[in-house]
Amino acid sequence: MSDQKDEKKTNRRDFLFTATAAAGAVGVGAAVWPLVDQMNPDASVKALASTEVDVSSMQPGQSLTVLWRGKPVFIKRRTDDEIKKARAVDINDLKHPEKDEDRAKNPEWLVMLGICTHLGCVPLTDKGDYDGWFCPCHGSHYDTSGRIRKGPAPTNMEIPKYEFVNTNTIKIG
Amino acid sequence: MSNHEYTPSSKFGKWFNDRLPLLTLANHLTDYPTPKNLNYWWTFGGILTFCLITQIVTGLVLAMHYIAHADMAFSSVEHIMRDVNYGWLLRYVHANGASMFFLAVYIHIFRSLFYGSYKSPREIIWILGIIIYLLMMAAAFMGYVLPWGQMSFWGATVITNLFSAIPLVGESITTWLWGGYSVDNPTLTRFFTLHYLIPFLILGLVVLHIWALHVPGNNNPVGIDIKKPSKDTVPFHPYIVIKDAFALLMFCIVFALFVFYQPNILGHADNYIEADPLVTPAHIVPEWYLLPFYAILRSVPDKLMGVVAMLSAILILAALPWLDTSKVRSAVFRPLFRQFYWILVADVLILGYVGAMPAEGLYLLIARVATAYYFAHFLIILPVLGWKEKTTPLPLSITEPVLGGSPNFATARIDEKIQKTIK
Repeated sequence: MSDQKDEKKTNRRDFLFTATAAAGAVGVGAAVWPLVDQMNPDASVKALASTEVDVSSMQPGQSLTVLWRGKPVFIKRRTDDEIKKARAVDINDLKHPEKDEDRAKNPEWLVMLGICTHLGCVPLTDKGDYDGWFCPCHGSHYDTSGRIRKGPAPTNMEIPKYEFVNTNTIKIG
Repeated sequence: MSNHEYTPSSKFGKWFNDRLPLLTLANHLTDYPTPKNLNYWWTFGGILTFCLITQIVTGLVLAMHYIAHADMAFSSVEHIMRDVNYGWLLRYVHANGASMFFLAVYIHIFRSLFYGSYKSPREIIWILGIIIYLLMMAAAFMGYVLPWGQMSFWGATVITNLFSAIPLVGESITTWLWGGYSVDNPTLTRFFTLHYLIPFLILGLVVLHIWALHVPGNNNPVGIDIKKPSKDTVPFHPYIVIKDAFALLMFCIVFALFVFYQPNILGHADNYIEADPLVTPAHIVPEWYLLPFYAILRSVPDKLMGVVAMLSAILILAALPWLDTSKVRSAVFRPLFRQFYWILVADVLILGYVGAMPAEGLYLLIARVATAYYFAHFLIILPVLGWKEKTTPLPLSITEPVLGGSPNFATARIDEKIQKTIK
């Protein structure tokens, strides 16, 4: 009976076991982390963070695709008709409600990541049921503001950080 | 497993075996008592071992010429095809070998499904097999990325983006997998490393798979437990070895037909165009062996749920030993299960077909019905069938039905006696 009592009592050996295991876990974690983190984007990849694009030659209705961080970015100079269409939409009808005013600060210029938010394909410009973009991979339709209207994509195409350096140049990133 | 203790005949053999019992292991493998009624569906284990070794050997030599760099990978593959001595052969064997590997593994899996090989006491063998199958898919996917063609690039983009469906951490995981903000050179180099590693992991798991198999022994077409060794068994060598070898020869004929006459029929023409991150091919399709799961992914309109459905479709197989509640293993004695089995086979083939078609209209509808049925088979039909189905009587041994087809072992023996007296 007294043996059982002894077993239940926390003794110094239990403390040593716990302390050793805890120190071991911290050590293993510290050793594993560099092995995991080496797979994250390295300094050279991060260094290519911004791209400047000359848009002086673009006419209304034209679009341009540029590469930024290995990803395509759509720059579209929208026509009045396309802007009107994008702004006329009732925001409650949208799967991912965002105002066109918030997506295109300068209504004539729409700058967004040309990546379907479903599984990352590049959508085709001026295609689809909403005259915006259409992703051929799994059939997502985007409107003239790049918002998802139909199909499996969960969200609108992403707007990257960008600014007009001057009237002719857009800096992405 | 053999009951007798093995002693090597030579003095050196005995000396060596006392220190490292490799000869005992070899003896165990050659003498291993195997059910004598194994049919040709049981030869695919050996065929799969052959496939794995073929992939490792051809892969090893291809890696001597391939360059894992986004700027050079595509041309290094063309260099292999045009300049390297027999490079075309090695690459075609490796690329078609992947397809042959999957062809064999699907037959192997569906053999298990038909004869109930996953049931107690073989659950661990089955689960090890599912892990091997998952690793095979990972290896095949990463291998397909290495030539850095359009399908490589966009297939990699679509599949790695599946992880972005995970709530909260999805984006970070995808970036971590890529080593950048899109599929690029860091992605290619790590895929090459993992593609090189996985076959050896598979090799290790195959050893465990066979080890686990040698504990209860092979299931057999009748699906009953047998005594080993007994009248119902034959030694693995030469009986099974020669049967496996013949089946392997037939399999190699099919293999050779693809390699020498239609080496590109299972591939996709778009992969002979170098990867371009600005242009997505009009129609992205995975390799044929992943199509059923691709169809399941696309049949669900929600991104996260689509990914969950696709993964569940594979992982549900691991739970199969417990979902199938019937005590009878072989479909031979399960008249209802047999019918549902063939419906499942048709269902998977239909999923494969619609997976290759555009995800719209009628194809999408068919994909949805077939996906629902796939899950219903495992989650509803199999558990219910175990309770409701009236199975036909099992023979007492493998030998018994052959000796007169009597359902009773005693009468069979009487029949045997009568036949002897007639003689």
